[in-house]
Amino acid sequence: MSSSGQSFSNIPAPAVASPASQSDEELARSFATTSRLDAVVAWGRKNSLWPLPYGTACCGIELMSVMGPKYDLARFGAEVVRFSPRQADLLLVAGTITEKMAPILVRIYRQLLEPKYVISMGACASSGGFYRSYHVLQGADKVIPVDVYVPGCPPTPEAVLDGVMLLQKMISDGHPRPWRQNWKAPDYV
Amino acid sequence: MSNIEALKSELSQHVNVSQFVWTNTYGDDSITVPADSLIEVLLYLRDSDKFDFLMDICGVDWPNRDPRFDVVYHLFNSKNSQRLRLKVAVGEGDSVPTATGVWIGADWFEREAYDMFGIVFSGHPNLRKILTHHQFIGHPLRKDYEADHQQHCTETLPIHFDHQEGSPGDVLNPNYVPLNVGPSHPAMHGTLRVMAELDGETIVRAGLEIGYLHRCFEKMAETHPYNQVIPYTDRLNYCSAPMNNVGYCKAVERLLGVEIPPKAQAMRVILCELSRIIDHIVSVGTGGVDLGALTAFFHLFTYREKVYNLFEKLCGARLTVALTRIGGMAQDAPDGWFDDVKDFCKEMSVAVDEISSLMLDNKIFIKRTQGVLPVKAADAIAWGYTGPLLRASGVGLDLRKAKPYYGYDALDFSIPVGTNGDIYDRYQVRIEEMRQSIRIIEQICKNVPGGDYTIRDKGIVLPEKKDVYGNIEGLMNHFMLVIKGLRPPVGELYDATEAANGELGFYLISDGSANPYRLKVRPPCFAIYQSFPSVVKGGFLADAIATVASMNVIAGELDR
Repeated sequence: MSSSGQSFSNIPAPAVASPASQSDEELARSFATTSRLDAVVAWGRKNSLWPLPYGTACCGIELMSVMGPKYDLARFGAEVVRFSPRQADLLLVAGTITEKMAPILVRIYRQLLEPKYVISMGACASSGGFYRSYHVLQGADKVIPVDVYVPGCPPTPEAVLDGVMLLQKMISDGHPRPWRQNWKAPDYV
Repeated sequence: MSNIEALKSELSQHVNVSQFVWTNTYGDDSITVPADSLIEVLLYLRDSDKFDFLMDICGVDWPNRDPRFDVVYHLFNSKNSQRLRLKVAVGEGDSVPTATGVWIGADWFEREAYDMFGIVFSGHPNLRKILTHHQFIGHPLRKDYEADHQQHCTETLPIHFDHQEGSPGDVLNPNYVPLNVGPSHPAMHGTLRVMAELDGETIVRAGLEIGYLHRCFEKMAETHPYNQVIPYTDRLNYCSAPMNNVGYCKAVERLLGVEIPPKAQAMRVILCELSRIIDHIVSVGTGGVDLGALTAFFHLFTYREKVYNLFEKLCGARLTVALTRIGGMAQDAPDGWFDDVKDFCKEMSVAVDEISSLMLDNKIFIKRTQGVLPVKAADAIAWGYTGPLLRASGVGLDLRKAKPYYGYDALDFSIPVGTNGDIYDRYQVRIEEMRQSIRIIEQICKNVPGGDYTIRDKGIVLPEKKDVYGNIEGLMNHFMLVIKGLRPPVGELYDATEAANGELGFYLISDGSANPYRLKVRPPCFAIYQSFPSVVKGGFLADAIATVASMNVIAGELDR
């Protein structure tokens, strides 16, 4: 647990306001315990992301390099690549999502386990990229909530690693994710 | 007597040619035939051994002309490398007889022309949409369809098959187990979707659905200036992006009538062969993964990274390099780059031997692939196979030998050819081709031509930045070329190169404007993949997965 110290230093201070029914000490203890547990859980989550590589195009090939020997995503605890959404909690959308693919992407997203995160890798997944065309969805975030966007066409593996680290920071900081809370599945899927 | 005249005198003895129009432009022979003589002509050309390959069928839209559309057929003779273009004019609502009875490989090409233009092929057994989704209304490659007019897809089609005599494609047989694989499935390499009916482990019927990565390349090409199309070509076969750059630029350069300098040719050949190596690395590596062997994949990716380093040194990008320009290369190679390439070749030759013993000599691999679902040479030709798969079936056709370009004829290399056309042969051919590519690169690196890396025609190539900022002439040339654009003469041609997967053809029509009027890509794996349902019929499911992997279907060029 050597690396855990770093995470624990981010624990927010216990709240001071107290309802009249509880003593201050009890309240502080309950808060402190909850916060620490959250931090432990977040630490565990961020270091054991199980990605589902949704590689549809060129970015999928670069994603192979991210998993491959030189860049090795395993160093960030995310090497357990799962092709079943039932076993994954991180959706790595790597590549162009076409209109024909969109319903399938939504279905895959809904099948992922909670808590689930999405990284959109590359210009196409983030915005449609330079395919402003009749059959390309203009960004995966039109149909699913995206947590981290990684720019590039395709992004270098370093950029993808940076995106994963950013997501890890979001998880350990408990960053609010209104896009996730307010997401409604498109009514058709 | 030129080819076209010889053909004219011969054809006139068998077919009524009074309405035919014979042309030869940019070295391409072309005949315009009426729709009702088409099949007769195709049959004669095939049976008299004039042309054995139907390479491509595509549509062209001329909205101000009556009849509105052209259907264009490209034929190829593998014995003397001759090509022939047949054109049939067809009006809206009229139909062209299907060529599937002559070359079975016409199937998907005709479906694509139907999907993109609404051209009806009478007698086609499965004239359905192929690339766009089933809720898509209209025909996107017509000139009056807006390039960015999107239509949302709300549902996925259920399992379905091609219609056949006595078994409609949308009715499933209750005695068999229906199975859907993909498009999101580890064995489907991204976006392929295979549907099957199983009797135990045996495939009774298989069907394909493609178009999940249809990114509208051809429409994008029509709406962008010539040089801006190059980055789009990168993303066709993204496993070997530079080869697409080269193929496209070569076609445009032929239309412009320019020859690129020897140094640019040498750099292009090196890039192509390096790309062939990394393309085969992905194919062999993921092929192993699909059979359950992860080691080769990880081992080979070490070498793929080394090639990426070479690309990165050359242009800064790893995968999608876009470093050719019409007229040559975007920039010169940095000092010592050719030495780095030589060093890589040394390492790679050891790696190829390793991978060869790891895969081809592996007992499990042999048992899983040898004699599995072979494709005979005649079938391969009828389907329009090219590249390693055709050579694995025993046909030694390689455009680098058959119709050499960029000085391939001066290089010493051989074309590996298989015997059975089974999965093992396909990997054997690919691994041997990696060896041959190394030989080619070594020969060029030994003696790199000097001189410029691009032509300096100010109407084609942008001036160097030091001239743009340094003198008024350079600034003006830059301004004119950017504002006016590169404008090839009016005309059309078909040009092909030997890409990693087979013949990568570009059919380019210029109307003299700054954008291509029509750019049709002839992707090698499109023709190959359409044969999948008949190849795997009666085979085991696990063998079908191995077959998909060995076909090396790259969704980017399949769906474009």
